[in-house]
Amino acid sequence: MQAATAHEGLIVCVARLLAGLHHVAVGASSPIPAAGAMLVRAQDEIAGREPLRISILGSEEHNFFTNGGVELFDCAAQGRIDAFFLGGGQIDGQGNINLVGSGEYPRTDVRWPGSFGSSFMYFVVPRVILFREEHSPRVFVERVDFVSAPGTSAANVERRGGPHALLTGMALFSFDKARARFRLESVHPGFTAKDVGAATGFEYDAPASVPQTAESDAGTLTLLRGRVRRELAESYPQFASTLPEWREAA
Amino acid sequence: MALTSLDDLVAAIPPGAMLAVPTDYSGVAMAATAALVRRGTDNLHLICVPASGMQADILVGDGLVATLETSAVTLGEAGGAPRFQAAARDASIRLIEATCPAIHAALLAAQKGVPFMPIRGIIGSDVLAHRADWKVIDNPFAADDPIVIVPALSPDIALFHAPEADRFGNVRIGRRRELATMAYAAKTTLVTVERISDTSLLADERDAAGVLPALYVSQIAIARRGAWPLGLWGEYPADGAEIARYAQMARTPEGFRAYMDAFVQRARAA
Repeated sequence: MQAATAHEGLIVCVARLLAGLHHVAVGASSPIPAAGAMLVRAQDEIAGREPLRISILGSEEHNFFTNGGVELFDCAAQGRIDAFFLGGGQIDGQGNINLVGSGEYPRTDVRWPGSFGSSFMYFVVPRVILFREEHSPRVFVERVDFVSAPGTSAANVERRGGPHALLTGMALFSFDKARARFRLESVHPGFTAKDVGAATGFEYDAPASVPQTAESDAGTLTLLRGRVRRELAESYPQFASTLPEWREAA
Repeated sequence: MALTSLDDLVAAIPPGAMLAVPTDYSGVAMAATAALVRRGTDNLHLICVPASGMQADILVGDGLVATLETSAVTLGEAGGAPRFQAAARDASIRLIEATCPAIHAALLAAQKGVPFMPIRGIIGSDVLAHRADWKVIDNPFAADDPIVIVPALSPDIALFHAPEADRFGNVRIGRRRELATMAYAAKTTLVTVERISDTSLLADERDAAGVLPALYVSQIAIARRGAWPLGLWGEYPADGAEIARYAQMARTPEGFRAYMDAFVQRARAA
């Protein structure tokens, strides 16, 4: 079987981060997080577990909300969403994220769309997975230019959520809330811990020997290239067509 | 109910109005936006509920927006919103940065007739730091529990597009409840629709819950494919190629102007 592509590797990483959860919400233009969630759902069903519930925002098919745009936020406020994905034009070593722009606000040099719901979701969703495929010093900075949402909060600020992991095209980090610091957990195939260091603008912890991100097994890849790819094509046809396909023998 | 023409509908929006518009997938009144551009209604305080795309980019690009209050502006798959980005860089508009649930909360306060609404999160963000109108208070019901409050937001006008209204002025909004929230909170609600139904949308108990009663609706105009090039739920998908064409042309002021000339003409023909 063909080895996992870089995107497939990321999808399998996402799935590992979502294992055992009940409900995950995914943004409208987030095919890799959505594919990871669909992979977990398929694995749950095959194992006879209660399948992961997935809400894809902006989708008519994979969105069961009936109370308008506010329901996602209400649902999260009630503690009914276990995991959510956030990105950002800049992410710093304390887990602060910037979705607004680089340079001195408000006259930003580069303007990004805006904070969306991040200033809220980062506080209320227990497992926020920071996902940014581009791993470069311009993204992973020492200090963000604008804090759309802070990585950690003072002890008296009500907060059950925050960064759980940072997944990039190069590596996977965990986040230590007490120390407000990332820890390099593994490096994806094709990269070294040294590559990660050179491409990261903030300091982080790392074990003496950094493991390689675990390879995807054949069963997982079969599921991904068959059922998940088909499900994904409903919402993200263009992205799905770029993934390898596996068809059952007739 | 006042069934009116598209031009008369947008004439109800005065210069300087606080105008609330919904997000791309909710039902954006794009034909009315073209009519607004043609009319040149300026100095607007545009409130995106809670984010916007091509509509906000067009209004900003045409110089009609003095203040933009939003959680985000993006063209989605077509990329960044070019005129919004340029206006942010040049500081040619007053930008009021928000976060989606805070906009919903502020409208909800107006809906309930209360002066403010508390909301979790946000503390420690630069969104809060730049909002003189949002405050952090101590939860009066618990010790040492700071919480953000946002003031009630009552827009002068809510403007959106929906599949149908009936001749009594009731409007089908389906599950897009944020359209009802906007209408409850706004002083005036203007709606464009694909068609007018002869029978009351409230007649069938099974889908009456998805209807905004005429009580909250000021004026309605027919605008076929009135959300184009954006999509309308249950009716037609977004025209991705057209939005991408806009994204490309709007990169320069000249390209934007050329796009708008045709856009306004096409809207007139519709």
